[in-house]
Amino acid sequence: MKAYQRKLDIRNGCVDLSHGSGGRAMAQLISGLFHEAFGNEWLARGNDQSAFDVGAGRMVMTTDGYVVSPLFFPGGNIGSLAVHGTVNDIAMAGARPLYLSASFIIEEGFRFADLKMIAESMGEAARTAGVHIVTGDTKVVERGKADGLFISTAGVGVVPHGLDLSAENARVGDRVLISGTLGDHGVAIMSKRQNLAFETEIVSDSAALNDLVAKMVEAGGRGIRLMRDPTRGGLAATLNEIAHQSDLGFHLREEAIPVKPGVASACELLGLDPLHVANEGKLVAIVAPENAAAVLAAMRAHPLGRDAADIGEAVADDHHFVQMATSFGGGRIVNWLSGEQLPRIC
Amino acid sequence: MKYVDEFRNKEIALGLAKAIRAEADPQKLYRFMEFCGGHTHAISRYGLEDMLPKNVRMIHGPGCPVCVLPAGRIDMAIRLAERPDVILCVYGDLIRVPGSQGASLLKAKARGADIRMVYSTIDAIRIAEDNPGREVVFFAIGFETTTPPTAVMIRLAQKKQLENVTVFCNHVLTPPAMQNILESPDIRDIGRIEIDGFVGPAHVSTIIGTAPYEFLAEEFGKPAVIAGFEPLDMMQAILMLVRQVNEDRHEVENQYSRGVNRHGNLRAKEEVSDIFELRDQFEWRGLGQVPYSGLKLKRAYATYDAELRCDMHELRVDDNPACECGAILRGVKKPVDCKLFGTVCTPETPMGSCMVSSEGACAAHWTYGRFRDHQQRRVS
Repeated sequence: MKAYQRKLDIRNGCVDLSHGSGGRAMAQLISGLFHEAFGNEWLARGNDQSAFDVGAGRMVMTTDGYVVSPLFFPGGNIGSLAVHGTVNDIAMAGARPLYLSASFIIEEGFRFADLKMIAESMGEAARTAGVHIVTGDTKVVERGKADGLFISTAGVGVVPHGLDLSAENARVGDRVLISGTLGDHGVAIMSKRQNLAFETEIVSDSAALNDLVAKMVEAGGRGIRLMRDPTRGGLAATLNEIAHQSDLGFHLREEAIPVKPGVASACELLGLDPLHVANEGKLVAIVAPENAAAVLAAMRAHPLGRDAADIGEAVADDHHFVQMATSFGGGRIVNWLSGEQLPRIC
Repeated sequence: MKYVDEFRNKEIALGLAKAIRAEADPQKLYRFMEFCGGHTHAISRYGLEDMLPKNVRMIHGPGCPVCVLPAGRIDMAIRLAERPDVILCVYGDLIRVPGSQGASLLKAKARGADIRMVYSTIDAIRIAEDNPGREVVFFAIGFETTTPPTAVMIRLAQKKQLENVTVFCNHVLTPPAMQNILESPDIRDIGRIEIDGFVGPAHVSTIIGTAPYEFLAEEFGKPAVIAGFEPLDMMQAILMLVRQVNEDRHEVENQYSRGVNRHGNLRAKEEVSDIFELRDQFEWRGLGQVPYSGLKLKRAYATYDAELRCDMHELRVDDNPACECGAILRGVKKPVDCKLFGTVCTPETPMGSCMVSSEGACAAHWTYGRFRDHQQRRVS
């Protein structure tokens, strides 16, 4: 006898409370939708956990929740974002990401078709990044208790012994490299917000950076002091954090910072600073001056680092100011973003 | 970015900076007040101070609508928003403005008040249509620039026969505030500060034109240059002011001729005067009661007046006694002169209104300019 008589009606059906109850409906949702999309030998064994070998080196672990609104945006959706974000957090340690977990909190009434699309982009994002989603969880909550879908992913990876990237490692004289244009993700999301909607060609930069990082580590080795992906709060928040943690300041040149004209225009219109706007496929690397040229060249040779730039340097500063020579000719501080620029950007 | 980059050109800026240095008499002090927060923000964001000679100083004026809104009006709005039948629609920069005792609309929202950020007055109309059973109140603030959109909203509500939408009107006027500053004892009697000229509003002037500022030249003998908000506009306006002072002229000149003429936007002015009338006086944070400086809805539009319809009562709140926002808004003190600046008062936890809006003098200095305080200390 077959375990399940009726197939999931992906086209017209939607999630109801029974899909989170632990019964057959849930098992069917998991096997029919998630296993299909993520397909790998670990999930196929159907355990509550997965066992795997890890190679030599130190383990890296991270976790992140995704509540982006809207769930689908130009350049991606909550699913691809949930993979990219966690992969990137691991990669910023110079590590090779290996396995992810994925936990779904779904509001009843959520359409199977949307869930399938999201799960498929997660699967695709994971395959592209070379990681496997090996365990997961599904909960369903009543209507109105979650805005459609929240996803939480955790990940593990391995970093070779001897490579220790950390935010307190920056030294005076180090160069500040960024991997490309700033603010694409935030502007793409904002352009689709109901009360903000505006026309733009900008798509989210959401992407897994682990391959780019591998090439950079190859080129720069221990000359790379640390890497961060400037997500919420943008480049400004990231550099201010590093300035505090490494007890120094930064001098940037505005002219060197790449921003797409469409992003610049949208920010102009909305009264935002592109340096505060979120990115999901960019990184900042603080690199020893003698290695900077080689790392920058490796970045530019990679498709995700084509627009990479050297935008400034670390300087001695007790006040931990991030200062910038404006392209107009004066100077100013690049401050933390204060308050909330826009909730639920990722 | 077309039509923007042209006004941020470094070479032209350096040329203007050179001209200002060459023409400003080193024996003289040039103290110019930029009235608008938009100008204050441009000065700080582009680092204009670094490009001006030491004897050309900018005094930041009170032209930030969020900053001059008294705490009592915020308290009134919070009280209103706490009513379960009310949806309060606000522009985003209002949401963190401190009312009395640390209250703010943001905190009221977290406690359950239905407060919605809108980007246009039309959003409030849409919300009213979607919520026929609720009273939708638009928290209207701003100078002459934002008044016409409020007028449009009322016209639209009329046309759609919406009965559940009202306006909490806090619109204020620029020229009476400038006059108030020039007549304040700080300037007139004590001579604590001197103002040698004004950089006049950009967007406000697109609506009202340049004529309403002519009293500055005629009655007070002060030069004024209406300037755009781009940094090159500012540099050029400053050069024009330096020239007026050097030539002992006091006129209203128009640097922002691409957006402003003498008479302004007649259609907008007509709409506004149809719907609004002057209040006898209106309280400004920092300036106190300023006669004929605020607008309210005319009696014919009383049905759209939230203060009447929702039975709102005037609340008066004293600012924190240590907060120097008042003196800062009048140009008497600088942000660093305030004991609270950068200690308990930062953009994350603003005590005074100048720290809230990015156009406020304190927020602009904290966000962009405070590294200069340390440079100066190091030099001296």
